[in-house]
Amino acid sequence: MGERLYLGLRGYGLIVAMWVRATLAYRTSFALMVLGSFVSTFLNFVAIMIMFTHTDVLGGFTVAEVALLYGTSATSLGLADLLLGSLDRLGARVRDGTMDALLVRPVPVFAQVTADRFALRRLGRISQGVLVLIWALTQVDVDWTWWKLVLLPVTVLSGLGIYGAIYTCGAAFQFWANDASEVQNAFTYGGDTLLQYPPTIFAKDLVWGATFIIPLAFVNWLPIGRILGREDRLGLPGWVDFASPAVALIACTIAGFAWRAGLRGYRSTGS
Amino acid sequence: MRLYALVAAGGFRRYATYRIATAAGVFTNTVFGFILAYTFIALWDERPGLGGYDQSQALTFVWTGQCLIAAAALFGGGFSDELQSRISTGDIAIDLYRPVDLQLWYLAQDLGRAALQLIGRGAVPLAAGALAFDLALPASPLRWLVFLLSVALGCVVSFALRYLVGLSAFWLLDATGVNMFSTMLSMFFSGMLLPLTVFPGTFGEIAQRLPWSALLQVPADVLLGRHEGVGLLAALGFQAAWALVLLALGRAVQAVATRRVVVQGG
Repeated sequence: MGERLYLGLRGYGLIVAMWVRATLAYRTSFALMVLGSFVSTFLNFVAIMIMFTHTDVLGGFTVAEVALLYGTSATSLGLADLLLGSLDRLGARVRDGTMDALLVRPVPVFAQVTADRFALRRLGRISQGVLVLIWALTQVDVDWTWWKLVLLPVTVLSGLGIYGAIYTCGAAFQFWANDASEVQNAFTYGGDTLLQYPPTIFAKDLVWGATFIIPLAFVNWLPIGRILGREDRLGLPGWVDFASPAVALIACTIAGFAWRAGLRGYRSTGS
Repeated sequence: MRLYALVAAGGFRRYATYRIATAAGVFTNTVFGFILAYTFIALWDERPGLGGYDQSQALTFVWTGQCLIAAAALFGGGFSDELQSRISTGDIAIDLYRPVDLQLWYLAQDLGRAALQLIGRGAVPLAAGALAFDLALPASPLRWLVFLLSVALGCVVSFALRYLVGLSAFWLLDATGVNMFSTMLSMFFSGMLLPLTVFPGTFGEIAQRLPWSALLQVPADVLLGRHEGVGLLAALGFQAAWALVLLALGRAVQAVATRRVVVQGG
């Protein structure tokens, strides 16, 4: 197990390093791509800012509080997208038969698929999330105590775990439904859009689903709600706000099983 | 003319084969529609009548957006990626050699695709939205017909814009940057994120006059009955004018590009 993990990480690192070097060979192109990725994702925040030119609060949350939700979710998603974003091409690999080549190489398939065409330009998405997060922290009215300072980075990392699990489950699903890579967008990009806004504006059923079926609420709504001193929508016990790391761990374990089941069920197109 | 009708039918059938992808797209559009609908409810609760819409009109706008996202290719892509790869591999030489007009060929194919995606990917999210929320959908069949006409004009404008994006491959080795920039513009200035009437001041005024507004803002307003009589003709005329200008520009660019094409080998 340990050796396999080492092998996987090493393989991932080597392939990623190769793609980073390839990317940096065209520096201008790379800089433009990072800028493009930055601006295109930042436009979502621009839309939120336009909303706040017409109102002071949305669902009882101020612009700084919404920015804190936006920043944490966008940073977590950005990190997951950087590390695992290549998974959405898995279905295409199954279709065109290049999946077979990965199976015979001496590196775990998951490491190969995730590192394939590693897109360093996704730093653009992360950096806009981080910038909004920093801006929110300077604006938001919170009485910072030590546990809140610990909870914030733990939340972002747990969010990475939860989004990462969703990417992986989506990829596992593509082993069966090759064309369905768009389904996972509903939960990754869709989840991110959901979490950019306060839970107070959504129907209770939707919040329930985003807590118990797909644990998106643990990415930021619950822990950040605690930092902001907000009651949660569902009246859950208080410790739930600190459960994000455990939830992320469980989600990743389930995703791991889903991936293995998908890989085991893989049938070559036989071309 | 018959030939282009056949090409359009081919485009329609081609996308009809991707059933699972279509189902996946319908699912994703519906999920996004629900999320956006609640954000719009929250905003219109705070500011009733914002941008000239009441709440049910604003919700109709959201679901019209999800309905048109694939048909009007608001995220870009489609044939323009294919055109770019044919240009960079040199296959374009064969296309230019054919006894058909390159631009009309791709236009016919793309309109076929748009028709399929309007039915396959557009109708279900709009119906889901109408079931779950109180939408301001018109009862008059005539209004729906004019809406379809406006959507069709929007799809032509979308095509013309993406044709220019595709042709950029004649000058650029890697068109990824242009594609990204074009997607960004069409997402923001079509009204996908927020209706353009909600954009502040002069910026909003300008945004409503740009070609991207023909992709979603104008068809949605036509459906909502915000244009009547002469205003309706002006709105459709606005779309048609952008379509003609951009198609003409595409032809001009294509003429310049093909003059400098050198096909190697054989």
